[in-house]
Amino acid sequence: MRIRRLDSIVISGAIAASLALGACSAKKPPAARPLPPPAAATTPTPPPAPAPVQESPIVTAPAVPEDPMASRTVDDLNRDSPMRPAFFEYDSAELSADARAALDANAAVLKKYPTWAVTIEGHCDERGTAEYNLALGERRAVAAQAYLASLGIAADRLKTVSYGKEFPFDPGHDEAAYAKNRRAHFVITGK
Amino acid sequence: MRHSRVTLAAGLAAAGLAAAAWPGRAPEAAPQQPTEVILSISGEAGARPRYAVPDFIARTADAETQAAAALMGTVLWDDLAFEREFYMIPRDTYRTIPAARSFADIPFDRWRELGADGLVVGTVERAGAGGFRVEVRLFDVRARRSVVAKEYSGSAANPRLYAHTAADDIHQQQRALRGVARTKLTFSSDRDGERVANAVSARDVKEIYIADYDGANQRRVTVTRKLNIMPRWSPDARSIAYTSYRRDFPDVYVSQIYQGALENPTGGRGQNWLPAWSPDGTRLCFTSTRDGNSELYVMNRDGTGLLRLTTHPAIDTTPTWSPGGTQIAFVSDRSGSPQIYIVDADGLNLRRLTSESWCDRPTWSPAPFNEIAYASKTGPGYDIVIYDLATQERRQLTSGRGSNESPAYAPNGRHLAFMSTRTGRTQIFVMGRDGQDVRQITTAGNNYTPDWSR
Repeated sequence: MRIRRLDSIVISGAIAASLALGACSAKKPPAARPLPPPAAATTPTPPPAPAPVQESPIVTAPAVPEDPMASRTVDDLNRDSPMRPAFFEYDSAELSADARAALDANAAVLKKYPTWAVTIEGHCDERGTAEYNLALGERRAVAAQAYLASLGIAADRLKTVSYGKEFPFDPGHDEAAYAKNRRAHFVITGK
Repeated sequence: MRHSRVTLAAGLAAAGLAAAAWPGRAPEAAPQQPTEVILSISGEAGARPRYAVPDFIARTADAETQAAAALMGTVLWDDLAFEREFYMIPRDTYRTIPAARSFADIPFDRWRELGADGLVVGTVERAGAGGFRVEVRLFDVRARRSVVAKEYSGSAANPRLYAHTAADDIHQQQRALRGVARTKLTFSSDRDGERVANAVSARDVKEIYIADYDGANQRRVTVTRKLNIMPRWSPDARSIAYTSYRRDFPDVYVSQIYQGALENPTGGRGQNWLPAWSPDGTRLCFTSTRDGNSELYVMNRDGTGLLRLTTHPAIDTTPTWSPGGTQIAFVSDRSGSPQIYIVDADGLNLRRLTSESWCDRPTWSPAPFNEIAYASKTGPGYDIVIYDLATQERRQLTSGRGSNESPAYAPNGRHLAFMSTRTGRTQIFVMGRDGQDVRQITTAGNNYTPDWSR
């Protein structure tokens, strides 16, 4: 059971990573760009689809097939997460354009599901020392948290925790692996 | 021997720690024949004295006593070899010399032929239920007289402890050296192959372990199925402070390993990690984000008396105390990369020590040495470097083989423990302060961030 979980997480992580790394330039702009400038400050409640949220308590309601997110457990959501990781450069907690795009998308999800709470995990690649990386991971998580807060996500929905280089997503020892492991990783903790 | 195994095991079990048979503290030495003058055995001119340590003599015929007698000889030889004060004559050359049956029939001529200046002879016999009585004498082979004579009695559970105690006594009497044979290492390990409980993805736990200084008696201390990392011995070697994610965020915990009690001095106020004991054991310096950024704080062991030490928007972390407790060395990236700084324990008088690529885990040496060991990025990985505070000279102890990180001094400053990837996985090693005589301590799983008890 645990092993199956591992596989699905690794795969979903890889998909998320490949989306973020490869497909973002082609796919993302239409989805992500409209959000920050107008929506950030002006609209605290999500205009697109308020109906599913209200209907979700009704088990038999027809809204379920329309929004599978609402019916899934937290574990299910995390196994195939709608939240994207934000990736960082070596020994850096600065948000790149790609990282901000991922966080913009995450902000949209959090606005669509205003009851969700997340923990932002800060992770590092193995090239730094274990001790310093705890602080570096924390700084990455806090950078992601601060950016989401600037987009209007309430701070009490965003916990941070640093794991330094203790839990690499890719066990490899090359730049491809390092790039995946330098991240702010989102775990949904409540819905 | 002061030894209350029953109460110790009960205390450990009560706190949910590994309930194994724990060795008590070292047996109290009871000199049998008080030596009027301490005689020092010397070697040939300019050479270290040559010592031989044959198997101890089993005075009772049972298998356990006989096995213990052989083990004690081996362990004592290793302990004496470790400090490199004596040339230890290899044990496989003793075969032709008839074994003594008592202190009265030692063939001194034969040992002299082998070139021995000093000869350690020990006897082991049963004493009560589950106990041993052990006598150890160091002979000056030329003079055919005993210069050290010790008697120990206690539990038969850990024969190695008798040899370790004798080694410390011999080093003390012959060289005025505080040996480390009874000290211990602590480190974190993923050897159990357990996964973090309730985690979304598969993540390996790390638990705190302890071991004798030579790697024997490796035992698990924490049983949390979470991350437990970067342990540090309290100066009295009865507690270990470490960073634990047992509540899914990093916080400072102190395990009193012989009592089985657990303390949480930081109490979850902010996220807290990397505790370092003050030399008197009354305070902890640690990293915390309680004010929004990684800063250094000092608090009393019970969590009172919080003092903020740093106020820089950069990262400040990985503290170590000077032996006198008046200064703290730590790591900051305020220059743009992680470098080592020193600050007075009241937060004043900050100065920078290193200007390298990436430095971490400074560890201040015990006196009489006045130096700081740390890990320095020398290529793809790190090497152990020692910075001499008096001469401001820097020397590199490891080179080229894997990444070598997280140095920790032996309490007499003559050796360092560190972690290295030189054999593939990450393991704990020990080496002399000249970088020589590297010994591998762990082999199971991966093992990280050692610390050495006082």
